Amino acid sequence: MNEQLLIVDRLTKAYPGVVANDAVSFGVAPGEVHALLGENGAGKSTLVKMIYGLVRPDSGTMTWKGAPYEPGSPHDARKTGIAMVFQHFSLFEALNVAENVALGMEDPPPMGQLAARIREVSTRYGLPLDPVRLVGELSAGERQRVEIIRCLLQDPKLLIMDEPTSVLTPQEVEILFETLRKLSAEGTAILYISHKLEEIRSLCDAATILRLGKVVGTCDPREKSARELAELMVGQTLHTPTRESADVGDVVLDIDGLSLESANPFGTPLKNINLKVRAGEVVGIGGVAGNGQDELLAALSGELPSHPTAIRLRGQDVGDLGPNPRRALGLLAAPEERLGHAAAPDMSLTENAALTGTIREHLADNGFIKWGKARTFAQAIIRDFDVRTPGPENVARSLSGGNLQKFVIGREVLQRPDVLVVNQPTWGVDASAAADIRQALLDLAAKGAAVICISQDLDELMEISDRFAALNEGRLSETRPARELSIEEIGLMMGGAHGMEVAHVQA
Amino acid sequence: MDLSSINPLVLLASIMVASTPILLAALGEMVTEKSGVLNLGVEGMMITGAVCGFVIAVETGSPLLGFVGAALGGAVLSLLFGLLTQYLLSNQVASGLALTLFGLGLSALLGQKYIGIKAPPTTDFDVPLLADIPVLGPILFRHDMMVYFSIALVALVWAVLKFTRAGLILRAVGENHDAAHALGYKVVRIRMAAIAFGGALAGLGGAYISLIRVPQWTEGMTAGAGWIALAIVVFASWRPWRVLLGAYLFGGVTVLQLNLQAAGVNIPVVYLSMLPYLVTILVLVIMSAKRGRAALGAPAALGRIFHASG
Repeated sequence: MNEQLLIVDRLTKAYPGVVANDAVSFGVAPGEVHALLGENGAGKSTLVKMIYGLVRPDSGTMTWKGAPYEPGSPHDARKTGIAMVFQHFSLFEALNVAENVALGMEDPPPMGQLAARIREVSTRYGLPLDPVRLVGELSAGERQRVEIIRCLLQDPKLLIMDEPTSVLTPQEVEILFETLRKLSAEGTAILYISHKLEEIRSLCDAATILRLGKVVGTCDPREKSARELAELMVGQTLHTPTRESADVGDVVLDIDGLSLESANPFGTPLKNINLKVRAGEVVGIGGVAGNGQDELLAALSGELPSHPTAIRLRGQDVGDLGPNPRRALGLLAAPEERLGHAAAPDMSLTENAALTGTIREHLADNGFIKWGKARTFAQAIIRDFDVRTPGPENVARSLSGGNLQKFVIGREVLQRPDVLVVNQPTWGVDASAAADIRQALLDLAAKGAAVICISQDLDELMEISDRFAALNEGRLSETRPARELSIEEIGLMMGGAHGMEVAHVQA
Repeated sequence: MDLSSINPLVLLASIMVASTPILLAALGEMVTEKSGVLNLGVEGMMITGAVCGFVIAVETGSPLLGFVGAALGGAVLSLLFGLLTQYLLSNQVASGLALTLFGLGLSALLGQKYIGIKAPPTTDFDVPLLADIPVLGPILFRHDMMVYFSIALVALVWAVLKFTRAGLILRAVGENHDAAHALGYKVVRIRMAAIAFGGALAGLGGAYISLIRVPQWTEGMTAGAGWIALAIVVFASWRPWRVLLGAYLFGGVTVLQLNLQAAGVNIPVVYLSMLPYLVTILVLVIMSAKRGRAALGAPAALGRIFHASG
């Protein structure tokens, strides 16, 4: 390992109020699959952005094949032979596949040739793609392929992948890993960022673990257990949510033949969804992003009205009611996007608490808000859910993702819902906050509420759900008891490999 | 009422002249919007271009230099908008409206001494051979150079957006500025260029009114043409050839109402003057009634503030 491809030496980057990377050093050898492990906010993304030329380090050096490497922009990085697959896609929905690929290349060939090369390379690596389709029409898995093909066409020496599997079914992950192993066998180094520990154990040769911007350890992930890795990441022992077994009661929410067009031109319409949820149970709804999750949440929360009888709450038709009448009846929801959907970013926590809590907490009187009561309600959320903030007068934007998420979920839980629908309750949240949120959902169910948890995190769903169903292209599968399911079966429920094939290249 | 006094040949020929200012302004605004910036200051940039063009043409005696000055004036004014919205991250709608008010005031100030003067004349350019075709010749091929220039520009903008890498990058920036930034494109610089292009074309459109169509300087002489150009961009769902169609359709209605007035049609003048604007509103309503279709044509990042997060 003395012939390193890229050596990162004491890279430091500080933002106002936070040191994102503090003297981070590590090296990657050709053909090595190197994992960067760490929680959200540990500095993984900043580190790879520096390698990719998007962010300039404050101090420290990088060496590429023995020569100093100082990328001023992603163009420099690409010319050097570094390609990156982004966590949030760097794709353009209104452009077609070939145009998207061309935008990520330094010297793209003319469109006709490029389309032919996309067809050829995508088939060779088992990631079939049609170059003339609009990216907005593609599934999340297919978009991932566009990103990967864009990188592969440039023949990279180092491929950076930032959380590439968060939008893939287990089958798709397996195929992606086959492709990555082939690439690594061809000599391409891969820098793999994830917090999914089992994936890292099965794929990576080495791991560098970051915590709060510092390297806290390096290891061979194949020799560690997932729990050991997790504790290295978090720096403390982890608490696993537990649940008391509760009796499942009567059906409270009955979704009957719900079909709905999406409000978003690139969204997924819901097709004939049927689901009965009983008091005291947690129903987990899995699926790859973009298969109707946002639409399902909007339909249940009342943002998208549907046919009156399509949704029944304790026998009462609520399908055509808006969010506030549904709240009054006990159907509450917490959407995925924290800033801008679940919470108004520039309003204080008190105001945000009043936004959804007014009806059930009686925070208004003849149209006048009772600010004292609203503030008390916000303080109750902050106290009960351990939200780290100086006080309820702070704006929502000032909270970290995990703290705001605890606030948003806590706000609904404290309103004693009969049915709570959450979408991605722990997305982008650190492990201990995630455990708290899951525990709160389980406690809520134990008290007799029905909980629907829509999530792309299968581990989370397996941990808290009684029953599991999957969304695939706007259709909901039959529910199955979560305990009886294997990861493979779940993958098939989510739509299997979506036409991907194992790479055809010879290693 | 004497409809026979309307000469269809003259009517059709004057449509091209009446449409050219809005065509230029709308084409420029379309490019700006394609980059994801909504500049509502078209009216202000047009009137500034009108006065700059007029002043320079009068002082130098050259309409051509006048047009160059008008483009520069419009571009400089638009860069003020660019500075506010791209670097100081202020709200685009408010800044655009302010730009219109500022442009109207500034032009009135600059043009004070030039009221009542005639602009140096521009000569029409008869396209050789084609101008002699009966009927079509006088309608299509006996105009000033700016008319041909504006149509050539439509073709050029269309080709650049569709076939070149520069056009692809421009569309990408307007579609998703975060992704474009992540891939290493200079979002702010590209948008500044698009804003300046839009400003220059709005300036040319304004100067066309003050130098050719009227041709003299009066305060507020663009009379809402900038707002109509904005509407035409939406009507055209951000496509160059449809901008041409929209501008000519609108120019047609304007000319028709003038002719109807002259012919003494028995309808109060105010209703006739309203006609082009009513048609614009009607078209916009019909376009947006088919929900999603028009939305599909709009650049996804239109009007959103870009701030590089590092």
